[in-house]
Amino acid sequence: MSELGRERLARGPGRAVGGRAPRKAAAAGRLRPAGFDDLGLRRALSDRLLPLLVAAMAFLAALAFAGAIATATLAEHWQQGAAAELTIQVPTPSDPAASGSGTRLQAVLGVLRAEPGVLHASPMSADDLSALLKPWLGPAGSTLALPLPAVISVQLAAGGVVPADLQSRLAAVAPDTDMESADVWAARLSALARSLQACAAVALLLVVAVAVAVVAVATRAGLSARREAIEIVHGLGATDAYISGRFARRAMRLAAAGGAGGAIAALPVLLWLAYLAAPFTQSAGSSGEPPPLVALPLALWLALPALPLSTAAIGYMTAKGTVRAWLRRLP
Amino acid sequence: MIRLEGVSLRYGSGTPAQTEVLHDLTFHVPEGGFRWLMGPSGAGKTSLMRMIYLAVRPTRGRLFIQGTDIVRAERRSLPRLRRRIGVVFQDFRLLPHLTAFDNVALPLRIAGRPEGQIRADVVEMLRWVGLGAKMESQPRQLSGGEQQRVAIARAVIGRPSLLLADEPTGNLDEAQAERLMQLFGELNRLGTTAIVATHNERLVARHPARALRLDAGRLVSDE
Repeated sequence: MSELGRERLARGPGRAVGGRAPRKAAAAGRLRPAGFDDLGLRRALSDRLLPLLVAAMAFLAALAFAGAIATATLAEHWQQGAAAELTIQVPTPSDPAASGSGTRLQAVLGVLRAEPGVLHASPMSADDLSALLKPWLGPAGSTLALPLPAVISVQLAAGGVVPADLQSRLAAVAPDTDMESADVWAARLSALARSLQACAAVALLLVVAVAVAVVAVATRAGLSARREAIEIVHGLGATDAYISGRFARRAMRLAAAGGAGGAIAALPVLLWLAYLAAPFTQSAGSSGEPPPLVALPLALWLALPALPLSTAAIGYMTAKGTVRAWLRRLP
Repeated sequence: MIRLEGVSLRYGSGTPAQTEVLHDLTFHVPEGGFRWLMGPSGAGKTSLMRMIYLAVRPTRGRLFIQGTDIVRAERRSLPRLRRRIGVVFQDFRLLPHLTAFDNVALPLRIAGRPEGQIRADVVEMLRWVGLGAKMESQPRQLSGGEQQRVAIARAVIGRPSLLLADEPTGNLDEAQAERLMQLFGELNRLGTTAIVATHNERLVARHPARALRLDAGRLVSDE
């Protein structure tokens, strides 16, 4: 044995001095060089398929989440609008009212305007009415000598309620007056919205489940591809935490990349959908100007950056659990 | 310290007669002891080694390694014990995608040794086995003998208290084999318990020591 070797053995490990300068001075004190791939995971967990599949999942998750938000927003808008509106038809509006003073239309308007819950009540103009009837009667509609009823549009005050006896009081001054509340529609809309939101939630859960399965399958494939390396490293005294940590970090990086890709791919689609949906969510009074292209709901702006974080967490935890379960077969 | 008390090892399921590869072994190697492990092919040498380096647990009996009762020990207590055992495998078992340097550094990195301390040790060890010029070579770029020397360097880099070698001189020439036996002898004198399995009778004749002889899974002599 050489003197050097003898000296080294006598000294034992970790106390050698005067060797080469460290490859990188900064490496001193650090654990393992950056990118040290002892298990060969760079090949075993491919950087192509897994990120691509996770990106597809993230894309679907973004759409499902956007669907849920859009449904909620639309339902809220419609419900507010529907609950605050009342339509009243007064047949033969120009005939004298039953009460004796003025026309039937004036009498009905008088009752409505005296009502505390009513914010605003006004008859539709003849032009508006004919525009409304045009699809059914054609352009000649207004010139036909049809006995058209007057239509009164009533806006209720915020939180305003229609008194139960309003219908009978209106009928007293102008018999055959018809009142149509939008309450029923509001209820139906909200039931529909709830169902759509439940569907979106189920879709989101399914997407998460599939993403977990995709990572688990990829991890198991990586485990069988690297079985020998794992056994060697295990034999050298690596703990389960060490080995599963290597897999988990690799899966986390790939899943995060996939999540970011999916979020970026979903962004233009969501902006386009928001643009298309804008007319439905704008209040009736606003102008027809198109909304700016960044007009996504705040929740979505928060959800998109959360996607890579969520996929990273799914990747890390799934890979960690899968590898830990697998390692139990080793002594 | 290695102690076996009525140890049997069985692989898979089936009747003991079909699947038992080691039968009722009882022997003791004291701290700092050296043993040759001899016997014909299929005698169970490799299975016994696997059991001692904790790749399998005994099916029956009691096994103590460095004072730890392996049959009763919790699974999570074994990695720490494995780090104190250096193994030279017959087929080297190097990681093919890592360089010679990284292969030898692996036990130190797994043990969580800071990177700054590792470099000097690994360089010195590789120089000592004559591979100072091939530190950045991958195993496939090395000859059989060179790979074996990398495997030896990896086994002793962590200064193990127990050293196991399965036919370690199989791919080495006489001079290299002699050097290796001197290294093992040196480590042994410094307190490392060592078991070396071999078929090489001449090597044993040159380095006489107590030998465990196995035949058909039974210990036939320990002298």
